[in-house]
Amino acid sequence: MRSSAIKRESFRAADYALFAALTLAVMLVCIGAGSVNVPLSQTAGVLWNALTGQPQPGGTAVPIILSARLPRVLCVALVGASLSIGGGAMQGLLKNPLADGTTLGVSGGASLGAVIAMTFGITIPGLPFAGTMAMAMLFAFLSLIIILSLAYRLDYSLSTNTIILLGVIYSMFVSSVVALLTTFAGERVRDITFWLMGSLAGSSYMNAAVLAGMALACGGVLLCRARELNAFAIGEDNARHVGVNVRRVKLTVLIAVAALIGVCVSVSGMIGFVGLVTPHMLRMVVGPNHKRLLPATMFGGACFLMLADLAARTILSPRELPIGVVTSFIGAIIFLSIFFRMRRGR
Amino acid sequence: MSKPGMSVKYREAGADIGNALAAPDAPDAPDVRTTMLEVRDLTVRYGDLVIVDQVSFRVKSGQWLMVVGPNGAGKSTIVGAISGGVSYGGHIECIGKDIKAYKPQSIAKIIGVLSQRYSVSYPFSVGEVVRMGRYAHSKGLFAGGSDADAAAVARAVELTGLESFLDHSVLTLSGGELQRTFLAQLFAQDPKLLILDEPTNHLDLVYQKQVFALIGEWLKTPGRAVISVVHDLSLARAYGTEALLLHEGRIVAQGAARETLSSENLNNVYAMDVFEWMRTMLAQWREEA
Repeated sequence: MRSSAIKRESFRAADYALFAALTLAVMLVCIGAGSVNVPLSQTAGVLWNALTGQPQPGGTAVPIILSARLPRVLCVALVGASLSIGGGAMQGLLKNPLADGTTLGVSGGASLGAVIAMTFGITIPGLPFAGTMAMAMLFAFLSLIIILSLAYRLDYSLSTNTIILLGVIYSMFVSSVVALLTTFAGERVRDITFWLMGSLAGSSYMNAAVLAGMALACGGVLLCRARELNAFAIGEDNARHVGVNVRRVKLTVLIAVAALIGVCVSVSGMIGFVGLVTPHMLRMVVGPNHKRLLPATMFGGACFLMLADLAARTILSPRELPIGVVTSFIGAIIFLSIFFRMRRGR
Repeated sequence: MSKPGMSVKYREAGADIGNALAAPDAPDAPDVRTTMLEVRDLTVRYGDLVIVDQVSFRVKSGQWLMVVGPNGAGKSTIVGAISGGVSYGGHIECIGKDIKAYKPQSIAKIIGVLSQRYSVSYPFSVGEVVRMGRYAHSKGLFAGGSDADAAAVARAVELTGLESFLDHSVLTLSGGELQRTFLAQLFAQDPKLLILDEPTNHLDLVYQKQVFALIGEWLKTPGRAVISVVHDLSLARAYGTEALLLHEGRIVAQGAARETLSSENLNNVYAMDVFEWMRTMLAQWREEA
């Protein structure tokens, strides 16, 4: 028999190196480009000096890169990576190509928390912007608890259909509450609307650190469940039959995805289509095996969102578009083309 | 298996259908075979509706138990209960231990399940699907490449004749090829007890024959047993050593396949003259010949 029956399925070191190099290149471009363009060599020089602790040259490029662009691009990359790996994991877990991190309803819950914070001006003393983030994370976890409790009550086995249905119903309910709050938000409507469309303007290194911590922890959990996600992607019954502890794995993946999405929404607002489209694009490159797909989606999602953010910053410069508008616009076109290609390929 | 009032004898394997069948048991020989599965008072309810009602049976190594009955008799529900997909009342023991006491990976090394139909959404290769059968035998993210895994996968692929399909996407396979892929996954899993839920329901005659012959060969290795849910009474009688006849969630008859699937029992359960129907069906082919 051919060796392909026993070949390794994992994402190899060379694959990691290639994808990482590509991501770093995109990152460099996105840090340098903007309303003020900084040449790539100068951008690389400033970053290298900052990394190695060497003195920086004078001029406006240094504060632009280190104070404005770098924290923002880091946050964008981490949000893109997190939304994408969450989407990839959910598509495998639920065996549903239309699933992503928002399917669970957690992102809707997080946005409700953020809108409550903005409408009623809830802040944390000393950290005025952290109120929105804290409320978004709190509501993300509350939403997860509500959805899983309801799912347990309805169906002890936590079947995928139950989870999808509850997620959809919960998201609809939450969006109606958000609309109600927005109606009474008065002069804060503009801020709320802009936040709901997604924005990473004003991201800080603190935001990046929180996102990086969550991406490492939850992304690691998801990567460790790649074999189980393969079995789920074939079917939940098949997963059970080959020996997967379906309830435990499902719970683990759902909590990890919910945590990732909750933190992402708290930092960036609602950014659609990244978690849906990126896994589909990468599946065409590396195949459906989650051992390769999940790492690839992290890098791919980071690149996709960094480029979308660059487009949001530069298309109508100096005016900035909400990143969610750009991702939804590009994502819808890409998704449609993938859909047509898949239908033709069958 | 036994049921009060029913004559239970182990029959000779049907020489008329070739060597696909398990080795026969000598009548009245001392029964030293392992009890692979024992089901006692199995009851499954959906709300107030009783789907399976106080069903008890036992399967020993070397046996091929055919679970037979009309639609809605509870056949697939019994399979679901054994494979952990359906909540139940009663007791299911696997090799002397409550089935719920096993960890999922441990039970997968003993029991393997082939469903009646598979639908796939993603373009996994045939090789990847077959390798998933080794999940219970290996641990960790980077597992799956041991010599034992490779040998088991190679054996399963060879047995099912899938060598030339290994790199094919499962989305491009026919129903028969897909079913064969999951059968290979099941063989790679290397369980001791196969549970087949209408494994050839949607497949053509050639493939039905192939699958039953393959499973018959598999069963020849000592310490193995098979439970099949089947609609085709002829297949049940030809390949089964034992049979369980169900009607509306209850056992109507159980024991050796030939005695259990008798004219009288089948007529009662299906509320029609089953043998007469079969004779009529066969006669039209004879007329043509």
